[in-house]
Amino acid sequence: MSSPADLRYATSHEWVRLEGDIATVGISDHAQEELTDVVFVELPTLGRAVDAGDPTAVVESVKAASDIYAPIGGEIVEVNPQVEADPSLVNTDPYGKGWIFKLRVKDAEHVTKLMDSAAYEASIG
Amino acid sequence: MNSEFKNSPLEAAHVALGAKIVPFAGWNMPVQYTSIIDEHTAVRTQCGIFDISHMGQFIVRGSGAATWLNGLLTNNIAKLAVGQGQYTLMLNEAGGVIDDLIAYRSAETEFFLVVNASMIDEDFAWMSARLEVGVSLENESDQWAGMAVQGPQSAAVFAKVFPGETLPLRNGISKTATGSVVCRTGYTGEDGFEFFSPASEGISYWQKFLAAGAKACGLGSRDSLRLEMGYPLNGNDLSPERSPIEAGLGFFCDLEKGEFVGRETLARQKAEGPAVKLTGIRYLDKGAPPRAHYPVVSAAGEVIGELASGVLSPSLMTGIGMAYLPTEFSKLGTVLNIEVRGKLFPAEVVKKPFYQVPTQS
Repeated sequence: MSSPADLRYATSHEWVRLEGDIATVGISDHAQEELTDVVFVELPTLGRAVDAGDPTAVVESVKAASDIYAPIGGEIVEVNPQVEADPSLVNTDPYGKGWIFKLRVKDAEHVTKLMDSAAYEASIG
Repeated sequence: MNSEFKNSPLEAAHVALGAKIVPFAGWNMPVQYTSIIDEHTAVRTQCGIFDISHMGQFIVRGSGAATWLNGLLTNNIAKLAVGQGQYTLMLNEAGGVIDDLIAYRSAETEFFLVVNASMIDEDFAWMSARLEVGVSLENESDQWAGMAVQGPQSAAVFAKVFPGETLPLRNGISKTATGSVVCRTGYTGEDGFEFFSPASEGISYWQKFLAAGAKACGLGSRDSLRLEMGYPLNGNDLSPERSPIEAGLGFFCDLEKGEFVGRETLARQKAEGPAVKLTGIRYLDKGAPPRAHYPVVSAAGEVIGELASGVLSPSLMTGIGMAYLPTEFSKLGTVLNIEVRGKLFPAEVVKKPFYQVPTQS
């Protein structure tokens, strides 16, 4: 699966879709492939303020728990209950139904500091 | 891949299959090939194959071998006829576990021991220091490749690779016509066998077992499979500070057979009842996967121990684990909690094994 061109990517393998001041966040196809079978997702609490780089959610495989970092600062305004009920959505549809949380961003400009899809794909080789 | 660690004789086969390789007990070993859950399921429903070349093989020979081993191991080796094997433990003077192993009687005065990878040097040093006249001990760990073929289809896989040959009986050992060692044992709860060949022939047998229908499985599923059976992993569930009585392995300790290292402690704990017990714990609901070292919290909110092992069981799709708990908390049905990142997940004490292997028809 190629990385969608309309998204931005963090070096820690999260993707961001910015619509107005709302950023939807998930993990990349490469990340889900590395983690393999996701069996549990711990979602952040609504209203929590996070800075870019803060551990914000946890995605767990059988073997390990991995922090998911906020790629951009803001306030958690929505979480995806579907990935809590069916964590495998993170594997099967990482850029769609497998999204994890939404932020109201403090500074939408910040998103330009993240990688575009070409840069991200180059970074993962 | 870490160059400070040893590579399995099957290394090239793992790389060719695209395995994820991790350091384990001083070795670079495959943790998974495709998916831990798929590999786990293959073993429960069909057949999987694990590289166990990291495990150690000792050969004990001599007229005094049985008596000498009986003084170092908990189970009664005198009960083994030629061709039989048994699970057993080696203890320190205080009754704590040095290692758990399987001892097979390969001939009247010859025993084949399979020990844990992480303990090869320590076991060998411990045994060498206690060697007696009339007994020889050899560490052949580097000479053998090892594979565990496990699952309901494992006998069929064996028949394809070794047409006309028979598997040994449960817990037994035999040699193939080509001189490899076959043991009807495993670490998954399923029917299966552990196969040891000269290291140089390992890859060729690995390919034959794959061609016969075994799916390559890594250490990840090996761990989830063994934990579903409540089998202990040395280093997690067994340690020099814990006795086999505390670990619930009294069945494998023969206190009537005569003196052996650690016996006194076991006899006392058996008479008085152990203060702590390795206890099976299962989540009451879905929750974050339990893992080693997570705190175990009583219903009253007090931390009463920590998980020695934990996993999200792929067969049961819920969290399971084992912890050394004060005996009063180890009764079946006791409700307690596992703490994960500050959050409590309700669980209860259950009987092991966590998973029941369906009886073969």
